[in-house]
Amino acid sequence: MPRGWYIFRYWMTMYRRTWRATIVISVVNPVLFLLGIGVGLGHIVGHGHSSLLHGVSYSAFFAPGLLAASAMQTGWIEGGFRVASAAGWIGAYRSAATTPLEPREILAGHLVFMLFRLVTSSAAFVVVMAVFGVASGWWVLAALPAAVLTGLAFATPVAAWAVTLSSPRQLQPLFRFVLMPMYLFSGTFFALHQLPVALRAIAYALPLSEGVALCRSLALGTASLFEVAWRSAYLLLFIVAGIAAARVTYPRRLHP
Amino acid sequence: MSDRLLVEARGLSKTYPARGGTPPFHAVNGIDFELTRGEAFGFLGPNGAGKSSTMRMLAAISPVSSGSLRVLGMDPAQDGPQIRARIGVVPQDDCLDRELTVRENLYVYGRYFGLKKQVINERIVGLLAFAQLEEKADAQVEMLSGGMRRRLTIARSLINEPEILLLDEPTTGLDPQARHVLWERLYRLKHDGVTLIITTHYMDEAEQLCDRLVVMDGGKIVAVGSPRQLIEAHITREVLELRFPVNAHAEIGERIRAAALGERTEVLPDRVAVYADDGEEALAQVRAMSLEPITALVRRATLEDVFLKLTGRSLID
Repeated sequence: MPRGWYIFRYWMTMYRRTWRATIVISVVNPVLFLLGIGVGLGHIVGHGHSSLLHGVSYSAFFAPGLLAASAMQTGWIEGGFRVASAAGWIGAYRSAATTPLEPREILAGHLVFMLFRLVTSSAAFVVVMAVFGVASGWWVLAALPAAVLTGLAFATPVAAWAVTLSSPRQLQPLFRFVLMPMYLFSGTFFALHQLPVALRAIAYALPLSEGVALCRSLALGTASLFEVAWRSAYLLLFIVAGIAAARVTYPRRLHP
Repeated sequence: MSDRLLVEARGLSKTYPARGGTPPFHAVNGIDFELTRGEAFGFLGPNGAGKSSTMRMLAAISPVSSGSLRVLGMDPAQDGPQIRARIGVVPQDDCLDRELTVRENLYVYGRYFGLKKQVINERIVGLLAFAQLEEKADAQVEMLSGGMRRRLTIARSLINEPEILLLDEPTTGLDPQARHVLWERLYRLKHDGVTLIITTHYMDEAEQLCDRLVVMDGGKIVAVGSPRQLIEAHITREVLELRFPVNAHAEIGERIRAAALGERTEVLPDRVAVYADDGEEALAQVRAMSLEPITALVRRATLEDVFLKLTGRSLID
């Protein structure tokens, strides 16, 4: 067994104590959002703009966007707060670093756990979509790996940065000034081509926009192979860059 | 390297590179020392002396900047995981998982060493007894006192049956009773043949636990020897401490210094210390000068006095 596996097992041991709380985030939040925004706002939006909505109901349009945005949020929590506190005051990384484990193994084991969290929370979301009848058949399953890619595209660069911090509080500006605006302007709630031209160029370049578009086109079954390849490659670029950066910052922090 | 020689450092240095606006920091500046099996070896010095940086290099969790270091016959740069597999580390802040139980903390850590489930569970029984935590085995670490947590940290560091145990400031922040319990546990380890490396800024701790120690200041070693050797080499057998009224303190201090009683006189902010082999005789000489101190105390010289002489500063600021 690779040694990094024991780091994954450690995070699972910790998770056994908190999984109930994460169910709230993974299931109850999407239910509330789908009810409040999808059904409530969707009723006002109606079907008058069906060209913008790819001809589906607002709920069916909105749900895959929210799936991608939720994956981003999970990636942010797991890669950000969890990593910063493990490197800092909780000390989980520091105690593991005194054992035969190398920093890159500590990283690898934690990445596997982040993957696990993204797969399970996105799967819960997909189930909610199916129950609410906002999934267009089996295609919704294809949105699951897309959501996981989206989450990892955030988790890995954030982890590379978070491991260098002395306090999780230092993460807050990134959330306020980067993730929140991205949440609002990545086409989660509306179609990007509704935006003014100047904003559109920026919005299209945001990684969450790619994740939202990928999840949506797959969930609605409208994706072309080229589009899937291109958007996946864009997200993979972030994942690979994040891992490459973390392989530098983890040893620097854990073996100073 | 012979089997008895566990650690060998030559010109060992640690420099932290410049970051942002801060210039590079030379934490350890070319130190030499050797450590043999079964020894209890101490690094004594104030905060910032370079003790913890030295410990991190020994633990193979911090790359050596220059000089050479061999630990258990291996090079930390090449064989970090192999070295770490055979040593135990007790960090200054416990780094325990407070949400997990005592037993879970030991188990998780044991797995990091690749130990089998059954082996870990067998060892946990002995370690819980060693740490006197049998009754707390399934309590969350959050619920333990500071002394219990420290004993758990030591127990955890023993899960891989290490040949060398590194303890960074093991009793800092503990009350006197908890310190004595911990010292007793450490004696037991030493008795069982575990080599101990301890950093401390408490001279009583160094005197109690260490067979041999180095005094560090500003990243350098300023003296080496057993506690007794250091005291004999650098200081007199006894110290006479005198206190005078605050307004006359400096002037009287200078008069005593000028009288050249004993070997040396230190005028400290709160007291005058006369270093003499016979403290009572020195006190008689002070009285013969028609000086009557408010208090006069004759005591044995300690490592604190050695440190004061070598560096001109106290260990604890």
